[in-house]
Amino acid sequence: MIHALSLLLIYQLAGELIVRAFALPIPGPVIGMALLFLTLLARGRVGEDLRNGASALLQHLSLLFIPAGAGVMLHLQRIESEWLPITVALIVSTFAGMAVTGLVLRTMIRRAADKLTHETERDQA
Amino acid sequence: MNPQAISETWVYLSASPLIGLTLTLLAYQFAFWLYQRSGHRAWANPVLIAILLITLFLWATQTPYTRYFEGAQFVHFLLGPATVALAVPLFAQWKRLRRMALPLIVALLAGSATAAVSAMFIAKALGATSATVLSLAPKSVTTPIAMGVAEKIGGIASLTAVLVIITGIVGAMGFPSLFRWLGIRDHATQGFSVGLAAHGLGTARAFMFSEEMGAFSALAMGLNGLLTALLLPILLPLLKPLLL
Repeated sequence: MIHALSLLLIYQLAGELIVRAFALPIPGPVIGMALLFLTLLARGRVGEDLRNGASALLQHLSLLFIPAGAGVMLHLQRIESEWLPITVALIVSTFAGMAVTGLVLRTMIRRAADKLTHETERDQA
Repeated sequence: MNPQAISETWVYLSASPLIGLTLTLLAYQFAFWLYQRSGHRAWANPVLIAILLITLFLWATQTPYTRYFEGAQFVHFLLGPATVALAVPLFAQWKRLRRMALPLIVALLAGSATAAVSAMFIAKALGATSATVLSLAPKSVTTPIAMGVAEKIGGIASLTAVLVIITGIVGAMGFPSLFRWLGIRDHATQGFSVGLAAHGLGTARAFMFSEEMGAFSALAMGLNGLLTALLLPILLPLLKPLLL
């Protein structure tokens, strides 16, 4: 666990350093994730300690959003005066985003699968 | 203890990070217990309930949010290592992900644009102020990215953080019903869609269904974060005449 946490922090730190050095508009942890992913690809496997550490952290991922979410109390006034546009925009756009992604992905996957069957049929013919 | 001793103890404790940290963990554990007792019902979303409990406690004890955050920041900080840790499930699903690269990229572009643009236009049409409209633009991506983007495009970062979390709760609560209605059963497709529109909170719920759904959700969350961070600051000036 300590080993996994140290590893994650080192990658996050490396991510932060790269972001500063190149003035990237992306947060350090995202670069850290990309670096760790590339490392795993190069090594071809995940160590047991890292696997357990990562799953322990990700199992309760929702907990980590609570402190920022409680910040809602700073904005009660704005939310009260603009509750209608905020509520409708958040609900509709989130559902629309999920529906469009899901439908586009399903169509694309089906098309790819159809093409594959056509090619197999043609090869067999 | 006499009342004066109690009040002195409170003054001492309320100045230390202990209260904010304990409160966060207790509220979450209680909310999670309730969520499990309810049979994982959408209305019992643990994040929503924990946030309600915490804000009620802070309001009742007249504790300012900044004081609370001095303790809660230790939990907040773990968002960083947790984001890095997403590389592990991504790697586990890499073979499937690579085969689906083209469909995933097309769906990413379509979904990301839909989520950001529809939020801004709906808010504008219903009379939101321009600060709110701009703060809404990055609401589908994970908190640290969204706050950075909001600052860059002229929104209010701390308002964006809240909008991001409400978005995550809405997506995590709503996606099982939405996909049942649309007839989308594939776990990879569901995961990718919810991670794109509802970032880490959608991903957290996706992991409860399967590792496959969680990994695709994590991938979409990372990709949409990258895309939004890179493109929104460039594309927004083009949309601004229509929005402000």
